[in-house]
Amino acid sequence: MSTLTTPLLIRGRGVVAGRVEGEALVTTQTISGWGGINERDGSIIERRHELVGQSFAGKILVFPGAKGSSGWSAFFHMTRINGVAPAAMLFTRMTTKMALGAVVTRVPAMTDFDADVFSAIRTGDHVVVDADAGTVEVTRR
Amino acid sequence: MQLTDTEKAMRDGAGGEAVAAAMDLLIRYGNALGAERLVETDNVAGAFNASTPSVRKIAENGMAEVFSRLNLDSDKTVEIPQMAARTCQLITGIDDQNWALQGADPQMIEMQRASEAFVGQRGVNLMATCTPYQVGNVPTFGEHCAWMESSAVIYCNGALGGRTNVEGKESTGAAALTGRIPYWGYHLTENRYGNRHIRVDVPVRSMLDWGLLGYFTGEMVEENIPVLEGNLSGVDLVKLKHFGAAAASSGGVEMYHIPGHTPEARSAEEAFGTSRAEESHVYDAAARKKMYDTLQSAEDRKVDFIMLGCPHNSIEQVGRIAHLLDGKRLHPDVALWVHTPRAIRTVAERSGYVARIEAAGGKVMSDTCPAISRRLPEGVRVIATDSAKQAHYLPAIAKVQGWFGSLEACIEAGLTGTWKGDF
Repeated sequence: MSTLTTPLLIRGRGVVAGRVEGEALVTTQTISGWGGINERDGSIIERRHELVGQSFAGKILVFPGAKGSSGWSAFFHMTRINGVAPAAMLFTRMTTKMALGAVVTRVPAMTDFDADVFSAIRTGDHVVVDADAGTVEVTRR
Repeated sequence: MQLTDTEKAMRDGAGGEAVAAAMDLLIRYGNALGAERLVETDNVAGAFNASTPSVRKIAENGMAEVFSRLNLDSDKTVEIPQMAARTCQLITGIDDQNWALQGADPQMIEMQRASEAFVGQRGVNLMATCTPYQVGNVPTFGEHCAWMESSAVIYCNGALGGRTNVEGKESTGAAALTGRIPYWGYHLTENRYGNRHIRVDVPVRSMLDWGLLGYFTGEMVEENIPVLEGNLSGVDLVKLKHFGAAAASSGGVEMYHIPGHTPEARSAEEAFGTSRAEESHVYDAAARKKMYDTLQSAEDRKVDFIMLGCPHNSIEQVGRIAHLLDGKRLHPDVALWVHTPRAIRTVAERSGYVARIEAAGGKVMSDTCPAISRRLPEGVRVIATDSAKQAHYLPAIAKVQGWFGSLEACIEAGLTGTWKGDF
């Protein structure tokens, strides 16, 4: 495996403030809250989703955004209360479900990137999210 | 985000701590969206009561803590005043009357009742349905609303010409106490025009047809705004209810136009307004069959549960089920539950529909549904439903196999215990 010595820098807009680093979990598919995740362990349960069975707890979740029921924010809110929320949310499609969900999950969140995050970030990469500065640093792992 | 003097005063505590917490959340939410301002609303439909095991610990500290934390995202427990806007409770976790049949813990129904007493005291109308527009909350044309429930939102926007985004548990709590919601998305006229075209080549007439077309629409347009034209007939409340719920489940459709039928589309030209169709799709017999196949998640044809009433059934739908079951008996291994708003159930009882469904061995439930409550009759392995939305969600939530088909196919499966389907 190749390791980049200089992290890749992506700029974007902070949606929820804060700085955090961690391991990326990347999907090009939107995620359902109610009916799509288990809020007790942070796993994806939608049967046709490419991440079905995997947990986003403590991960830098990179995804297009929210879909499905209006319970989205309430379910991600519960992942925070249950201690299994993602460490950060990087998303590309702004919706009311996504904005409210990010706000009540209270983890650093960003959107409006100057690069394609789905090709720049791979699952397992080490990512530093600084939503205050509007930057994402990606180190390939 | 720009705030009016009144909104600034709310933020600064002039309306009390709960209103200040509500305004704080609306500001965080509006800024996240990039909204320029808030808009006044006097029509809120949200989820305020406590009915699930996950909120039990919070509810033990009192219902003000439930509202503070889960409806306002406030770490501090604040005293909850009267709702400032007209507000109703959507679908909930437990059937207030049939809770034992649902297998709900007696402590859970007590918690739900205590929370309903708390919010009812503060002016929340306990409609307890995913279809508030069937029981008295019908937005007027252009009315700014703050609604949750994806199937209700698409109905409000598409079928009625009300204006709402898909709101959540926290934003509806904040809207109820302030009468404000971010002025963003579907509140703005320019965001309501069609940007996708669907040409319907195969006849769409029956409930099954409209459900399949809805599921196709969501698959094709995702979160965009379709304009549907072609071989469409029988447009009415229940068809649009079914169509919208399906489109909101397979995609994230929140607004659509059917020229000549829906209020913001007297013509295709009006439907597209200043926008245009960036993509076009054709719905034909092959697409219809593909959607039907996609909705099946079962292999075992021995069915043990028939789920009807998602979104909650209209009075005519309940009457139709009573008619189909008249003088017959369900297969002894099959349970059949019909779901309808409490207010409609009262009319169904008076009309004799409930007695006829019960005589056949079925049950008429209210307030909830199996996907929301996560409660099915004990030991269920294979379900059948006439709802594309329920077929989409319930198998994943309840870990059961699911068949989808027409009401007639579901009733036949209920009577014989075997799924035959429609194709």
